[in-house]
Amino acid sequence: MNHIAPGARAGIYHYDEIDRQFVAERVEQFRKQVERRLSGELTEEEFKPVRLMNGLYLQLHAYMLRIAVPYGVMSATQLRKLAEIGRRYDRGYGHFTTRQNLQYNWIKLEDTPAILHELAEVDMHALQTSGNCVRNVTTDPFVGAARDEVVDGRVYAEILRQWTTMHPEFTYLPRKFKIAISGAESDRAAVRIHDVGLLARRNDKGEAGFSFYVGGGLGRSPFVGKLVREWVAEEDFVAYLEAILRVYNQYGRRDNIYKARIKILVHELGLEKFTQEVEEEFARLRGPKYRLDPEIVEGVRQHFAPPPFEEPPDHSEALERAKASDPAFANWLAVNVAEHKAPGYAIATISLKPAGGIPGDATCDQMDLVADLAERHSFGELRVTHVQNLVLAHVKKDELYDLWKQLDAAELGSANAGLIGDIIACPGLDYCALANARSIPLAQAISARFADPVRQRTIGELGIKISGCINACGHHHVGAIGILGVDKKGTEYYQITVGGDPTLTTEIGDILGPAVTETEAVDAIEAIVDVYLANRTGEGERFIDTLRRVGHAPFKERIYAAD
Amino acid sequence: MSAKDRSKEGSMKAITANRLRDGEVVFLGEGGRWVESFAEAALFQRSEADAVLADAKATAEREQFGVDIYAFEVVEEDGVPVPATMRERIRTAGPTVRLDLGKQAA
Amino acid sequence: MPLIENGRIGEDAWSFIPDGEPVPNDRPVIISFERWQAERDSFEGRNARLGVRLKSGTLAGAIAADLDRFSLVALEFPKFRDGRGFSTARELRERYGYTGEIRAVGHVIPDQYLFLVRTGFTSVEAPEGTNPDSWANALKEITIAFQPSLDDTAPLSLLRRKLKVG
Repeated sequence: MNHIAPGARAGIYHYDEIDRQFVAERVEQFRKQVERRLSGELTEEEFKPVRLMNGLYLQLHAYMLRIAVPYGVMSATQLRKLAEIGRRYDRGYGHFTTRQNLQYNWIKLEDTPAILHELAEVDMHALQTSGNCVRNVTTDPFVGAARDEVVDGRVYAEILRQWTTMHPEFTYLPRKFKIAISGAESDRAAVRIHDVGLLARRNDKGEAGFSFYVGGGLGRSPFVGKLVREWVAEEDFVAYLEAILRVYNQYGRRDNIYKARIKILVHELGLEKFTQEVEEEFARLRGPKYRLDPEIVEGVRQHFAPPPFEEPPDHSEALERAKASDPAFANWLAVNVAEHKAPGYAIATISLKPAGGIPGDATCDQMDLVADLAERHSFGELRVTHVQNLVLAHVKKDELYDLWKQLDAAELGSANAGLIGDIIACPGLDYCALANARSIPLAQAISARFADPVRQRTIGELGIKISGCINACGHHHVGAIGILGVDKKGTEYYQITVGGDPTLTTEIGDILGPAVTETEAVDAIEAIVDVYLANRTGEGERFIDTLRRVGHAPFKERIYAAD
Repeated sequence: MSAKDRSKEGSMKAITANRLRDGEVVFLGEGGRWVESFAEAALFQRSEADAVLADAKATAEREQFGVDIYAFEVVEEDGVPVPATMRERIRTAGPTVRLDLGKQAA
Repeated sequence: MPLIENGRIGEDAWSFIPDGEPVPNDRPVIISFERWQAERDSFEGRNARLGVRLKSGTLAGAIAADLDRFSLVALEFPKFRDGRGFSTARELRERYGYTGEIRAVGHVIPDQYLFLVRTGFTSVEAPEGTNPDSWANALKEITIAFQPSLDDTAPLSLLRRKLKVG
């Protein structure tokens, strides 16, 4: 295999010969599995879990291949390879998902082993992006750059990536299992809507440890994760997770797919009983065999050493000049750029949500451009966020204007991160075999309606999240405004919820009233925004705060007044 | 009579699958042959569809040809047969948000 | 049905006696866990080896106190996607120190064989007509693991380990 070095300075885990050998073996294994399927030795029923564990789904139009972007972090070289694969084996674009992965929509089964082989050349794979196993672990997209970071989530996410890889005991769980880690003061990883959410903290001695939240999740029965243990020391990190997974594998329901997630087990057993089972298992597991050796942590940590930051002055004259001369840039700067822990640097969010566009889609040309920009401006590294945007985490303030001009020329310069135009939408019925209604056209209509960047900024922080079915891949339950597509006798309708919150103060949104048609939905969103603007105490009061203060009534009245 | 009303009564059915090796959407055509275009799909009376489907399934699975084989409702619109549901319309044409892709692009 | 052991088709000395049928005293037999619970006294003083078959919903703890009576524990996979048996085997070995044979019965596929071995299974009852090459291959195609388990592995570095099962 031709191995292509993934950029020496990028803060990604660099494979060595052992990792490469493993992935090569897995590719070869899948090649044989495909052969056995095509020859009929494996039935579709037997092959399906096997292909799913390699990220391959069957969707409406073709196979869909979901590539793992471990904890959402990748190198420019890797992104370039994704662009190349998209051109050669797909239709020239890819879709970034709420799980911080990338998926292609037009894949052929017979091409898949070759695609996996090409991915392996850049230390990538599609393992565990589907199936009833532990999925790709996610973390804060600002990891390693955020000012409020306490613990580097990449280190532990990578440890879990490895530890869960082909885990002999936990590959046929009752249902999929999603883990998110946040190591900062603000939760940018939505940890409490995951099967296991980990808050990394430090104690008085400066040692890392974790709060374990278990049983969060959206879908048909949304639950907010419950605190099972306040402090798990670093050395017990894997053992504690193992205890949780073993309890789940033994007691999780297998009679009903809709009740098989760990959230239902925690709910049915009760937090106390569940915790007791986990603690008993953990007490037994505690010991040398399952202790996470500090040397292992240190070895992994070295892969994520900070890039060689220069020491530019924190105040950038060039930036101030550009800001004063170009209002569009100034707007992007205010909305899409966050503070960096290193002086003179900033974190830039690249919006994949142009007004009227398809949320999360990027053409292969755009991917190539972002790869180039990552190399030029961010040490050859980038991140995928769970709101389906990209992030260049280490950009010198002096270079932000240059960066934005190039992004803007490629329709990647929208100034809407966290605003109403920054809509999460699942692929919906346009692509997905499970969907009941389309999501993308509604996202397009809403973002077109609110295209004006000034209006968006006036409205302020407001997350709209759209799912095309109750499985809630579009996280509609935790949208400040959530929209769920439903099918009523062959017609698409949309149910609107308000008050969802994906951060640590997690809230599941409430249904506002009866479902409406697509056209009505866009008007309803505008009405909600108008009511908010009319009721807020000032620019500082976010939509969610106004809603909490005034309640649903004024919003309901306006939308359903005519009924 | 609207398409919806007609679909409740004696409407027609077509049989579809995804081709195993590449996932392409295919339809059962005349003479048990699988075709890529819905325009060439054979239409079956509701009463005969179950038997045809069972036979098509058995054959396609034995020959490792197709997966996810099922029948769907077809109605007439302006004298032309079209799938009754949005889902099947999208499968026969392509994504409504990318008219340059899928069967509609050909 | 073919018995898979150490990556090969092997001789099966055991037979399963369905509930209600007489249990021979002169050869190794497997009985159901339910029968064991109902008729355990009748097996007092038995010389020939005895095995017990557990449904996937029966966890290791249920049989733990009686493990010294059994030379074999068969764990049933009603569907290969039902992975409870992986945890049950591991608990039998690790928590309850069972050293006898653990056999996978029911629906398992060669693609799971490595996982079975790594969680403590010693043998697998495969369906008639199974391809022996697929089972043999399943132990050879992957040589690296990322977690300690019940098989014999040698640490390489970080979490990586060299598998020796092949």
